[in-house]
Amino acid sequence: MSIWFRHLATDRMVRLHPELRDKPFLLYTPEHGRMVVRASSRALDREGIVSGMVVADVRAILPSVEVFPDEPATTEKLLKDLAEWFLRYTPVAATDPPDGLMLDITGCTHLWGGELSYLKSIIVRLRKGGYDVRAAIADTIGAAWAMARYCKNGTIVEPGRQAEVLRSLPPAALRLETTILQRLEKLGFRQIGQLSRISRTNLRRRFGDVLLIRLGQAFGTEPELLNPVQPPPLYQEWLPTLEPIRTAKGIEIALQRLLDSLCERFFNEGKGMRTGTFKGYRVDGKIEQISIGTNRASRNAAHLFKLFELKIPEIEPALGIELFVLEATLVEEVSETQEALWSMGNSDHAAIAELLDNIAGKVGMKSIHRYLPLEHHWPEASIKEVSSLVEEPETKWRTDRPRPLHLLPHPEPVEVMVALPDYPPLHFRYKGNLIKVAKADGPERIEQEWWLQTGPPRDYYYVEDENGARYWLFRLGTYGNGEPRWFLHGFFA
Amino acid sequence: MKELAGKKEIIKQLKEKILAMEGFSSGPDSHQFDFGLGPMNAAFPGGTFPVGAVHEFISPTQTSFSATNGFISGLLSTLMKKDGICLWVSTGRRLFPPTLKSFGIEPHRVIFIDVRRDKDALWVMEQALKYNSLAAVVAELRDINFAESRRLQLAVEDSRVTGFLHHYFPRKENTLGTVSRWKIKPLPSLVTDGLPGVGFPRWEVELEKIRNGQPGIWQFEWRNGVFRHIIVPKRTVSEPGLPRKERHYA
Repeated sequence: MSIWFRHLATDRMVRLHPELRDKPFLLYTPEHGRMVVRASSRALDREGIVSGMVVADVRAILPSVEVFPDEPATTEKLLKDLAEWFLRYTPVAATDPPDGLMLDITGCTHLWGGELSYLKSIIVRLRKGGYDVRAAIADTIGAAWAMARYCKNGTIVEPGRQAEVLRSLPPAALRLETTILQRLEKLGFRQIGQLSRISRTNLRRRFGDVLLIRLGQAFGTEPELLNPVQPPPLYQEWLPTLEPIRTAKGIEIALQRLLDSLCERFFNEGKGMRTGTFKGYRVDGKIEQISIGTNRASRNAAHLFKLFELKIPEIEPALGIELFVLEATLVEEVSETQEALWSMGNSDHAAIAELLDNIAGKVGMKSIHRYLPLEHHWPEASIKEVSSLVEEPETKWRTDRPRPLHLLPHPEPVEVMVALPDYPPLHFRYKGNLIKVAKADGPERIEQEWWLQTGPPRDYYYVEDENGARYWLFRLGTYGNGEPRWFLHGFFA
Repeated sequence: MKELAGKKEIIKQLKEKILAMEGFSSGPDSHQFDFGLGPMNAAFPGGTFPVGAVHEFISPTQTSFSATNGFISGLLSTLMKKDGICLWVSTGRRLFPPTLKSFGIEPHRVIFIDVRRDKDALWVMEQALKYNSLAAVVAELRDINFAESRRLQLAVEDSRVTGFLHHYFPRKENTLGTVSRWKIKPLPSLVTDGLPGVGFPRWEVELEKIRNGQPGIWQFEWRNGVFRHIIVPKRTVSEPGLPRKERHYA
């Protein structure tokens, strides 16, 4: 199916500035020092003004015309947005620049009760949105494109009949370059049907491969692929509703049904969901969506439902939701080996993974942390965070050096009193309290890892005060070179 | 004589029943853990540390915060012996995971949940306590009320998971529905023969409240992966110990 927006750029302007409706105005771009018309409003069509004219000429014909600069990037984006909006009609929607859309509607129309009502519903909704559109349905992309632009609005070509209809259309309906079209015109080809009388070798010699390919694409002898705005996800379930759904209970039922059918598919294919999105297409055109993530691939409908359930209140149904879509955006194999890795001892790790999914649903995935050792002496660099529950440490956790049980996220500066350089401090002041050092161990020098960062080394001291509180202090720099600074970096148990 | 022995047996059974009703585990699972607390075990109901219950720890200062974490880690190492997994929920975590290794815990077996609000921490803890596949759940938070603590206790009564509720820098020390209340303070470590350096971590462990048990004060050292009870010379106990004891028996 092809949709042609006859005045895409100007319709956008009218939507933005309703006062421009029915007024003659045009959009221009500068070209070689002239203002060239790129798009004209509907009112200007009647005056015979087409794109490619110079603004000055138009002004001469119609002094009251208003001019605005053209924004091709915005128009392009609008087209893409429109294509995304069409995902409610079909999973495969593609843009057809500069001013059209191409939809693959195979197997979609029966949901709207046939091709005719499908087409009508689209045209009516776009008209209401203020777009001047023409649409047509045909077997091939090329034929649909031609029908939308050169036939009556709403043409539906029956399967296999495109050749008959195409015959009477001008060659311009074949999506050809201007130079080829001009040559065809010169040679007297006014209808596509005339071309079929010429042998293919002659056509290729005179007009190149392009013409033959375009002809083939229109008649359905050459393949042509759509480039959809969103590649159709492999794991997606749809549920159109008879009446718009407005209640949480209704949403839950829809979700439950979609999950059941998706999970059944997962079971058959041995897969599971890692991340999923549940979308509700609202009557007013907005899309409400909630997403979940799991710590490991899951195909347990009840568990997934629980995760989504936490977020259902975020859905704002407003006037109602007319279509529910459940998508598994990330799907992984559910392998038995994965379970084996986790089965250490008696613990049931699948249950823990489910618990963590619940927690992630409530407080966010970012709050869950698990750490593995890294081979670095620098304390902050000695651990790495992992998101997987099954990853095992590659190296051992080290215990040969004293490390504090509490490490401050940022070392805090302290004032110290030191008897001799390289000796532990006699006392230090932390948060206004004077702490007298009774016992001390150290120093333990930790050098900066020059391939990561440079700077002076840290000399760590493990000290204990008179009451038994144990601290981890370090001196940044040495007394030989300038004044070193002291920091408190942690607390021992 | 026989009759008397029979009666004693009955009373023993009844006592165990009452304990079970009050939420203390009796039976095999409570005896499979030996925390190495030595003489302190006498203070607990049934002579063993109550697992499958929620314990409250209060640490008003940073130094006792660290010491309490050390003591909890020591207890966790026994609970997690069988490759268990532990959840560590916190609203202000400073714990440096690698150090857990020196308390006998594999740091990668601990899953940290860092949340901002106490309410979230409680929610996570309550959910987690219902999963008996966890060895233990630790929660560090600042404020909790009686009703909330009661919910935690109810959650563990089914699952038999041990919960440690670490109440750090509390705004007030309110009564909670937990089985015990602990306070841990660091003590100066001991080094032999006046050698320089810092010795093994040593704590004063005060069991301020224990349901069906005997509160008291003990001293422990963490040495080579086990608790070591320290016999305290008489005079240190008599001063701070006595008034506290009176308070609890009253």
